[in-house]
Amino acid sequence: MKTREEIFNILKQEFPEDVLELLNQPTEPIIVASPGAIHNICFYLRDTEGLQFDSLMVLSGVDDANGEKQTEEDGSVTINGGTLSVYYHLESLSLTQKVTLKVSTPRDNPEVESVESVWKSANWHEREAYDMFGIKFLHHPDLRRILMPYDWDAGYPLRKDYKNPEFYQGMKVPY
Amino acid sequence: MALKTEEMVLNMGPQHPSTHGVLRLEVELDGELVLDVKPHIGYLHRCFEKHAEAMNYNQIVPYTDRMDYLAAMYNSFGYALAVERLLGIQVPERVEYIRVIMGELQRIASHLVAVGTYGVDIGAFTPFLFGFRDRESILTLFEMTCGARMLYNYNWVGGVSHDLHPDFVPMTREFLKYFKGSLVEFNNLLSYNKIFIERTANVGVLPLDTAVNYGVTGPNLRASGLKWDLRKNDPYSVYDRFDFEIPVGSGEKGTTGDCWDRYYVRIREMEESVKIIEQALDQLPDGDVHSAIPKRIKPVVGSIYSRVENPKGELGYFIISDGTVNPYRMKVRGPSFVNLTVMGELCKGHLVADVIAILGSIDIVLGEVDR
Amino acid sequence: MYNLLNNLIGNEYVAAVIAAALPLFVFILPFALAAVLLERKVSAFMQDRLGPNRTGYRGLLQTVADILKLIQKEDITATDADKKLFNLAPVLVFAGCYAAFAAIPFSGAYIGADIDLGMFFIVAISSLVVAGILMGGWASNNKYSLIGAMRSAAQMISYEIPTALVILSLVLVTGTLSLHQISEQQTAYFWNWNILGGAGLGFSKLLLIPFMIVGFIIIYISSLAEVNRTPFDIPEAESELVAGFHTEYSGMKFAMFFLAEYANMFAVSSVVAALFFGGYQSPFGYLGNTLGISWLVPLEQFFWFTAKGMFFVLVQMWLRWTLPRLRVDQLMTVCWKYLIPYAFVNLIIVGLITLL
Repeated sequence: MKTREEIFNILKQEFPEDVLELLNQPTEPIIVASPGAIHNICFYLRDTEGLQFDSLMVLSGVDDANGEKQTEEDGSVTINGGTLSVYYHLESLSLTQKVTLKVSTPRDNPEVESVESVWKSANWHEREAYDMFGIKFLHHPDLRRILMPYDWDAGYPLRKDYKNPEFYQGMKVPY
Repeated sequence: MALKTEEMVLNMGPQHPSTHGVLRLEVELDGELVLDVKPHIGYLHRCFEKHAEAMNYNQIVPYTDRMDYLAAMYNSFGYALAVERLLGIQVPERVEYIRVIMGELQRIASHLVAVGTYGVDIGAFTPFLFGFRDRESILTLFEMTCGARMLYNYNWVGGVSHDLHPDFVPMTREFLKYFKGSLVEFNNLLSYNKIFIERTANVGVLPLDTAVNYGVTGPNLRASGLKWDLRKNDPYSVYDRFDFEIPVGSGEKGTTGDCWDRYYVRIREMEESVKIIEQALDQLPDGDVHSAIPKRIKPVVGSIYSRVENPKGELGYFIISDGTVNPYRMKVRGPSFVNLTVMGELCKGHLVADVIAILGSIDIVLGEVDR
Repeated sequence: MYNLLNNLIGNEYVAAVIAAALPLFVFILPFALAAVLLERKVSAFMQDRLGPNRTGYRGLLQTVADILKLIQKEDITATDADKKLFNLAPVLVFAGCYAAFAAIPFSGAYIGADIDLGMFFIVAISSLVVAGILMGGWASNNKYSLIGAMRSAAQMISYEIPTALVILSLVLVTGTLSLHQISEQQTAYFWNWNILGGAGLGFSKLLLIPFMIVGFIIIYISSLAEVNRTPFDIPEAESELVAGFHTEYSGMKFAMFFLAEYANMFAVSSVVAALFFGGYQSPFGYLGNTLGISWLVPLEQFFWFTAKGMFFVLVQMWLRWTLPRLRVDQLMTVCWKYLIPYAFVNLIIVGLITLL
């Protein structure tokens, strides 16, 4: 069993450019990586002796809301710029060790490499992150909305600046 | 000359007797043979995660009950544990024991519904009602404790809402005594029934590596042969003080990881839960159940992923706090949501009737899949 | 019966109509009402519940209320359904079941039509049900219905073969196809029943007993399959196919399918009773003969026949609420790999014994 610092050091050695930093927070340390190489890092984490992260516990999208906030006349907020993030919680069932990865991607064009080919369980999690935040997972086999209706065109609900639409398919939404 | 044939697409659900809620399966059929199954979900989406961002930590508890409504006790248990870890508070011993007792009773209740409805899926109606009869006794115990029968709002951050009723311990013991006999009856009626075994053994075999890759957890993973239970492998609360087994599938009637194994692991888990509750009742300490409840919950900035072994599998809460009274982001890793992913893989090449058998053996609750 | 009525009324058409309608109103409708209630009560008993207990005394009027409700229901026909076939199907199914009752001997004094080929007639006319179900499933223009109807056709046609083979072996023993005569042969006491080797004494009777029991088991299993009861209720498997071939039916048309199912249950049960368990004959002799009251005998016969039929109906219900359902390929395996070969072997052995 390795601590997260050790895992970070191993990764830093292997991917000096794509593994950025280790966020040390008391609850759980997080390794920050770059979105373009996350699938390579994950393949490495899964297949390397001594790491063997064979299971993706959860993949969550997060709106960092660190852009420029604009308050409209009606009180609603629009956010320009900043980033969206994806958190990966990995676990090795055989070595009982855990690690958390994070990638951040620009809000205006959020693109992250898909890890569906590494863990099949990422498939629906990524679809959910796409559905809720609009994060595009490149090379995902079936990137559609999952919880919202397929024809939902009023944006991505879990973004902090999401506004309820007036109408959906001609039906009045606020009740 | 060969006749021109074409595949038939059958929409199972959202209104269908055995999709266990509002799940839609797009089944591609060649005669009765299943070529592909595509699950479509979201019909029960209630924006839990969006709601959570607008509420303080205590107000979220009732919402967690409504995710897996068949195991509400355990959902709020997991949530309370996550927030307590984020806050770094320790709850009194008595609260831990009460939570374990309630959680394991809830596990029995949830598994009773799972195996009972599985009987209905296979075509036997009587086991279903036997399961509900026994579940009724458990619900009575819950009702006695907190006044609710389905959605309890019982496990608060730092404590539980009500202390145990004075009659709770003797009545629980009586129930456990009765329930052991009832399980034997259940086994004789359904588990070892020849037709039932024919229908479920060697059907929907889930190999271990596929199960791990798809993130399958809980009884479904254990049925594939891996001894993996968070109560033992990543102990939380007071689970490390009890002596119990982790039942795993062994391919007793067919192949390891088939539907019968998934079904039978649940039956045996109920036996183990009975053991845990008996030990917990023996060790139950005295104390105040409200002493550790914080006046105001305001965690520091940070994030936590905390998980428990829900009856259906690994239930995780990923909470990001920005230092205010509301969580900044709350993501739930529902076991049913992840377990359902493997559905399409399992069904290929089986018959229509097997789709139902496989879906039933995965044991999903749509309230949690869609949240 | 027809002759009696003809003499009484003097008009052969009226007599024919009455003779035909009599079993419907005297027997099938009340039986279906009672059987539905019984099924619900039996299932409630087996499942530790109360069952219907609100309408009438202890829920006795529950089915009556249900029927009244069904009559009032709107008769829905799906837009894309083939209307002619859709409307014809329940009639055909019901007619098939109902016509079978013509040749069933309720008592020595009352048989709808005492035809020499009674058994043959029943087997033949029951096949009408398959046509009705196929028609209904196809005309509904619903995928569940279609799958249900296809399964149903395959199942019922397959299971007619073991049934026919067992009937054949019985014909070898009794030498007749008329149910009336088969019943008459098993007169007096229960050791004359066909399941115990039939009337007559001797070595061959003893030899016949095990093969008769095998024959009975085969015909009972296949009769379960022919009336779509659990564990063979695959055509209407509610957990897979919603309601199978009658998914799209509502109101009175649905009630006709329902009625036909229960009527059919009794029909196959009574055929089994007539073939193997003495039909309307009492197992212990007749009170009427002992007391010298001759009109009592047919009534007693009617009682025994109904009792035997109801017993097998009860066994069907018992099985239904105990067993899970087979899968469609397993169902065919049971039929083609087990029942039919066993029935053939049984037929040959019974034939050899009768030659002795």
